[in-house]
Amino acid sequence: MVENRPFLTFVAHAVLIAGVVVVAFPLWVTFVASTLTYEQIANVPMPLWPGDQFLANYGQVLTAGSTKGSAAPVSTMLFNSLVMAVVVAVGKICISIVSAFAVVYFRFPLRRFIFWMIFVTLMLPIEVRIIPTFKVASDLGILDSYLGLTLPLIASATATFLFRQFFMTIPDELAEAARIDGAGPMRFFVDVVLPLSRTNVAALFVILFIFGWNQYLWPLLITGQESMYTVVIGIKRMIVGGDAATEWQLVMATAMLALMPPAAVVILMQKWFVKGLVETEK
Amino acid sequence: MEKRVLFRSSWLPYLLVAPQVAVTVIFFFWPASQAIYYAFQLQDAFGLESRFVGLANFQDLFHDDRYFESFKTTAIFSGLVACSGIGISLVLATMADRVVRGALAYKTLLIWPYAVAPAIAGVLWAFIFAPSIGIVTYALQKLGIDWNWIINGDQAMLLVVIASVWKQVSYNFLFFLAGLQSIPKSLIEAAAIDGAGPFRRFWSIVFPLLSPTTFFLLVVNIVYAFFDTFGVIDATTQGGPATATQILVYKVYYDGVKAADLGGSSAQSVLLMIIVIALTAVQFRFVERKVQY
Amino acid sequence: MADIRLQGVKKSYTKGILVIHGVDAVIADGEFIVIVGPSGCGKSTLLRMIAGLETITEGEISIGGKVVNQVEPKDRNIAMVFQNYALYPHMSVYDNMSYGLRIRGFSKPDIETRVQRAAKILELGPFLARKPRELSGGQRQRVAMGRAIVREPAAFLFDEPLSNLDAKLRVQMRLEIQKLHRELGTTSIFVTHDQVEAMTLADRMIVMNAGVVEQVGAPMAVYDAPASLFVAGFIGSPAMNFLPGSVRDGRVDVGDGHLIALPQPLLERAPAQVTVGIRPEHLVACAEGDDAFTFPVETIEALGADSMVHGKVGATPLVARVEGHAAPAIGSTARFALMPGRLHFFDTVTGRRLVP
Repeated sequence: MVENRPFLTFVAHAVLIAGVVVVAFPLWVTFVASTLTYEQIANVPMPLWPGDQFLANYGQVLTAGSTKGSAAPVSTMLFNSLVMAVVVAVGKICISIVSAFAVVYFRFPLRRFIFWMIFVTLMLPIEVRIIPTFKVASDLGILDSYLGLTLPLIASATATFLFRQFFMTIPDELAEAARIDGAGPMRFFVDVVLPLSRTNVAALFVILFIFGWNQYLWPLLITGQESMYTVVIGIKRMIVGGDAATEWQLVMATAMLALMPPAAVVILMQKWFVKGLVETEK
Repeated sequence: MEKRVLFRSSWLPYLLVAPQVAVTVIFFFWPASQAIYYAFQLQDAFGLESRFVGLANFQDLFHDDRYFESFKTTAIFSGLVACSGIGISLVLATMADRVVRGALAYKTLLIWPYAVAPAIAGVLWAFIFAPSIGIVTYALQKLGIDWNWIINGDQAMLLVVIASVWKQVSYNFLFFLAGLQSIPKSLIEAAAIDGAGPFRRFWSIVFPLLSPTTFFLLVVNIVYAFFDTFGVIDATTQGGPATATQILVYKVYYDGVKAADLGGSSAQSVLLMIIVIALTAVQFRFVERKVQY
Repeated sequence: MADIRLQGVKKSYTKGILVIHGVDAVIADGEFIVIVGPSGCGKSTLLRMIAGLETITEGEISIGGKVVNQVEPKDRNIAMVFQNYALYPHMSVYDNMSYGLRIRGFSKPDIETRVQRAAKILELGPFLARKPRELSGGQRQRVAMGRAIVREPAAFLFDEPLSNLDAKLRVQMRLEIQKLHRELGTTSIFVTHDQVEAMTLADRMIVMNAGVVEQVGAPMAVYDAPASLFVAGFIGSPAMNFLPGSVRDGRVDVGDGHLIALPQPLLERAPAQVTVGIRPEHLVACAEGDDAFTFPVETIEALGADSMVHGKVGATPLVARVEGHAAPAIGSTARFALMPGRLHFFDTVTGRRLVP
């Protein structure tokens, strides 16, 4: 901002506040609904201030799910989501960082081919190959399991790409100095590359955690038993078609529970997340 | 930019890439090639036998009005999502770049929707727009507007667009903000000295300099609208009412899983793959050739 | 400590295109050799081949009598100081210096002794716990040197270590490197594009141009008798004046009627085109009447202790050095005599120095 124009600054603040309000509105309504009774919601218009059913509603969904539609306890579903998100994030980071290291710091036959092979996976999201992937998982016997939930999602190369870009910015001389100091490649990797990658790993963890937690189509297909549902698809099952019969207060409570962990991760690790996001895609 | 050769080992690099290669082959290439394979097959009613039918599945698609409907729906949907998503976030980012105080607070408050799953975003908005008990429905009725997205196809489309955009604005916002902050202040100052006011500066300097970011986000948003919004649709309209919101990726799922048409679904998958590859190729060709200033 | 021998060393990246055209040199044990030349002449490549960071296409390199062509850098018993320091950013100064020793399995007391000793020589004591980003450029370079010293290698390899420092710091560091060499006496190979660094630090210089060694010799020897036009113009600042001309009757006609006699021993095999070289400091101002060079003064550069007088002889520019206060006026006619015995004669076509 070059000149001092208080009016424009005022407008800027106004627009931003309006934006924040619109963005926050659904969240607020959801939270309020999760603290009301069904009757209070069905009685249009519903109040816009929280009620007194917080413990009752949350308690119920966590232990017993809703009484119509899905009856799986949300606590189990939250646990499944957590396992899925953490395993996908950690798994992807681990296999990607060593792959990127190999591709950047070595020359070997097939290097280019392998690089392009991994790179191609960036182009096709899982939704495009969803049914054959399901069949493969089925053939491998990993339906309805944590392995099935997580393994196919680890297949894409976003993390590898980011690590590769980052490793290219590490000065060559650092590796040469390490070579002269006597470090072999793995020693160099552990002593020098990993510590330097800390920020990137943190940023990627946030992004991949959210990616894993928010998965919808894949868990939908691969899980059949209610005990393996993740919370994101569990919510859908609670909505029984025709909004009159759905127990909205419980659905909203579940929704709050479903979005709190990733939101918390984003807000707490905001600094790394922003940095990582802008660099992943570019 | 290639690094100089740094380490020599005949076996270590293979060991390091092995896990990723294994996962990629099993869960990416194998299914992708299967999708292509099945696109050329026709299965019998019980799914027991299949025979090669060449391009018949594709031809059926091209003669299928419903497929073109889905195409049109997807085009409209992604167009709306991309344009409004980019427009709104650009405004917010420009405003956020301007204010000095509270910038971090605004940023925090505006980026958290990124964490919300599209499916949940759909549920939230479906709730407040619910035909009988939704709070916004109530307000609309007070204003004389009859709102029922379960019956009205256009309203259903509006619902899913709003839910999808709401979530995506935070992502676009972050990129625009980063793009704005990377424009050298000296350019803006030079323009101000030349006599350009804030609006003029924006359109003649800031916006053109932002074009790589804008273009990049355009592609990303379109891809998002094509695929990630599956959750929004499934959690709310399920493609209805009467396929009004049945975008292509949803049709792939529906035909493959609900209608058990493996051949048709695979053919659609292949076409979708081609579209995505084309979009990504366009993005890499134009974005990676970033203009130097 | 060890001697280093290079025999017929050649390097090419793509087939058939040589970037290093056969280098032969013997570096004695304890010698401080400077490889100097302009950017792109191959000096860094040569150094990296000695270090083992680049492969050797042809020829042999031996360190301490052992051929090291196929030996990994860590086994060549050398230490390297890089242009941009190459310090591990996340490690403290102490850890940076001790990293190589830790890998080789030195005991903790041993490491402590060596690091402390190096820190004392380089005055790094107060900084041992700091991270590189907390240090200035000069301090970082000293840490890089410290890392090399603790290894007690057979040879130090310096790759343009002072290029990233500002002018004043460079002068200071040159003196420190000289002091270090006197104290430790380790064989050292120092690469630079700065001829001042080469002159001040070298026991002997290897002057390179476009992958070819033009001359090897002690600084003053190279200064007094440069072997080619390139070396003559590269070493010595300000640069030598070159006056090209044709030979007639045993004299070189350099323009404006100035004739310079060729020395007797060179007369017999003198080519048709000869370039005469004379350094600005060897042009002596003289009075009217002497057999002198005269030219109109175009510009004066007043440097304080000296002043540079710029003019032209024919179309060729000429620079003479005079004492700071003694510069003639611009536009006046300057008269200079050529110091006898300080003339250099080169074949204009091949660039080589004329020898009897």
